[in-house]
Amino acid sequence: MASLIHCPHCGVRPSQEFSIRGDASVVRPAPEASDEAWHEYVHIRSNPHGRHREHWQHVAGCRRGLVVERDTFTHDVFSVTDGAAVAREGGR
Amino acid sequence: MRYSAFSIVKNALSGNLDWKPAWRQPEPKPFYDVIIVGGGGHGLATAYYLAKEFGLKNIAVLEKGYLGSGNVGRNTTIVRSNYMLPGNEPFYEFSMKLWEGLEQDLNYNAMLSQRGVINLYHNNSQRDAYIRRGNAMWMEGVAAELLDRAALKKMLPFLNFDHARFPILGGLLQKRGGTARHDAVAWGYARAADRLGVDLIQNCEVTGIRRENGAVTGVETSKGFIGCGKMGLAAAGNTSRVGQMADLKLPIESHVLQAFVTEGLKPVIDHVITYGAGHFYISQSDKGGLVFGGEIDGYNSYAQRGNLATVEHVMEEGVSMIPGLSRVRVLRSWGGVMDMSMDGSPIISHTPIGNLYLNGGWCYGGFKATPASGWCFAHLIAKDETHPVARFLRLDRFARGYAIDERGAGPQPNLH
Ligand SMILES: Cc1cc2nc3c(=O)[nH]c(=O)nc-3n(C[C@H](O)[C@H](O)[C@H](O)COP(=O)(O)OP(=O)(O)OC[C@H]3O[C@@H](n4cnc5c(N)ncnc54)[C@H](O)[C@@H]3O)c2cc1C
Ligand SMILES: [Zn+2]
Repeated sequence: MASLIHCPHCGVRPSQEFSIRGDASVVRPAPEASDEAWHEYVHIRSNPHGRHREHWQHVAGCRRGLVVERDTFTHDVFSVTDGAAVAREGGR
Repeated sequence: MRYSAFSIVKNALSGNLDWKPAWRQPEPKPFYDVIIVGGGGHGLATAYYLAKEFGLKNIAVLEKGYLGSGNVGRNTTIVRSNYMLPGNEPFYEFSMKLWEGLEQDLNYNAMLSQRGVINLYHNNSQRDAYIRRGNAMWMEGVAAELLDRAALKKMLPFLNFDHARFPILGGLLQKRGGTARHDAVAWGYARAADRLGVDLIQNCEVTGIRRENGAVTGVETSKGFIGCGKMGLAAAGNTSRVGQMADLKLPIESHVLQAFVTEGLKPVIDHVITYGAGHFYISQSDKGGLVFGGEIDGYNSYAQRGNLATVEHVMEEGVSMIPGLSRVRVLRSWGGVMDMSMDGSPIISHTPIGNLYLNGGWCYGGFKATPASGWCFAHLIAKDETHPVARFLRLDRFARGYAIDERGAGPQPNLH
């Protein structure tokens, strides 16, 4: 993967400063949602070959949550966006 | 031809010109009773046991590349049965027992070397955790030994015992654990399966799974449509991709793990040693190279190559455990794509689709499982019934809340 990541707050930083939580496409269901819905949220992943949106955190920098769009085969990074900004726009 | 000392002498006398290829290169037939997708260790072992133990005849293994081009030829070859949880340990011990008779059974030298696997501990709580693990192994009838610092110093004098931050206090030893030659395991199963009439079809990528009335009827491949009665998926790191062809929803992410080998040295490391202060393990191959690896890179990946940051981290761990390693030159590094499951344990299971069976989620530990995985998967496919030692490894355990989480890390694949 790219050695340098462009954090929207800190600029270009080494990728080791970031921690990766994983798939940003799954959505937390309502507390009273069905067992099936919770199972899918907790366990099921689409695991695509290609574009993937992920939750990252810039732990050794601004400590903001980020959404990174990346290719799981070529390892190209397409975009790094502030997590809160993405959430406000209705994305995840 | 059966391999034996006699066959070696006989072929030597005729200039080694009469050896036959170890397996045929058949064209696919229009229909097979059972199709196995994936010609790695697990797919080949499954086909072999289907033919040998369960008497099935019309079987094919479809492999998109060449046999053994996946993880079976990329792993660090450690075999062991030192798991803790009751869902895992009987299964891995069944595998260990099969390893012990494998070479005779296959008539192939897999170079199984039961040199002992030692897990180091660095503090009292880690020692207690290993005592607990050792006792859990004993409860399943598997021997484990706790080594103190003095015993370890005698066996492994080159370790960094007085590390300021991570002193080495002792280790847990499974004497029967060790290594096996990974390629030879693939080739041995391939040859033995071929001799029982299994068609091993290489350069045949599965691109679609055809279904009728909720049951599979065959596969679309780069060599055309092939019909089948039953189908077993054993595609390791590509499990999600082939699963998607049948709309399976799977608790799996693909991640990359790297491994390394150094220049050849005289015998220096006699065991498999794992570090307790980080994820690092090392052994010495029969050619003399030190074979080692560490943690997965930590992000979803289908690329068979890793990140330099991880390379640096693994080297640091190695030198921290064995300072002398800093003098050795690394020859090669490589990566393999693994199917990390949500609880870190594997899946051998029915699926919601008729006649479709799943083998996957092996994470970074499936090489040691190869014989038992093949056996239990063959049992499941042939009898449509779960093998008793694989009964906890079903796909529905996630929805039912029966995860088998050795590490206690929760449903987070990059932490297992
Ligand atoms: C670096 C590394 C180190 C490891 N170290 C160890 C270790 O020390 N001990 C241990 O127990 N385990 C280890 N493992 C894990 C182990 O190698 C795997 O869990 C195991 O090999 C997976 O099963 P397999 O052999 O069947 O997989 P593979 O050999 O990967 O077989 C799967 C096959 O499916 C084929 N395939 C995929 N998609 C298709 C398709 N659409 N059509 C047709 N064919 C397809 C692939 O080409 C591949 O050949 C390690 C893994 C890696 C990457
Ligand atoms: Zn930042």
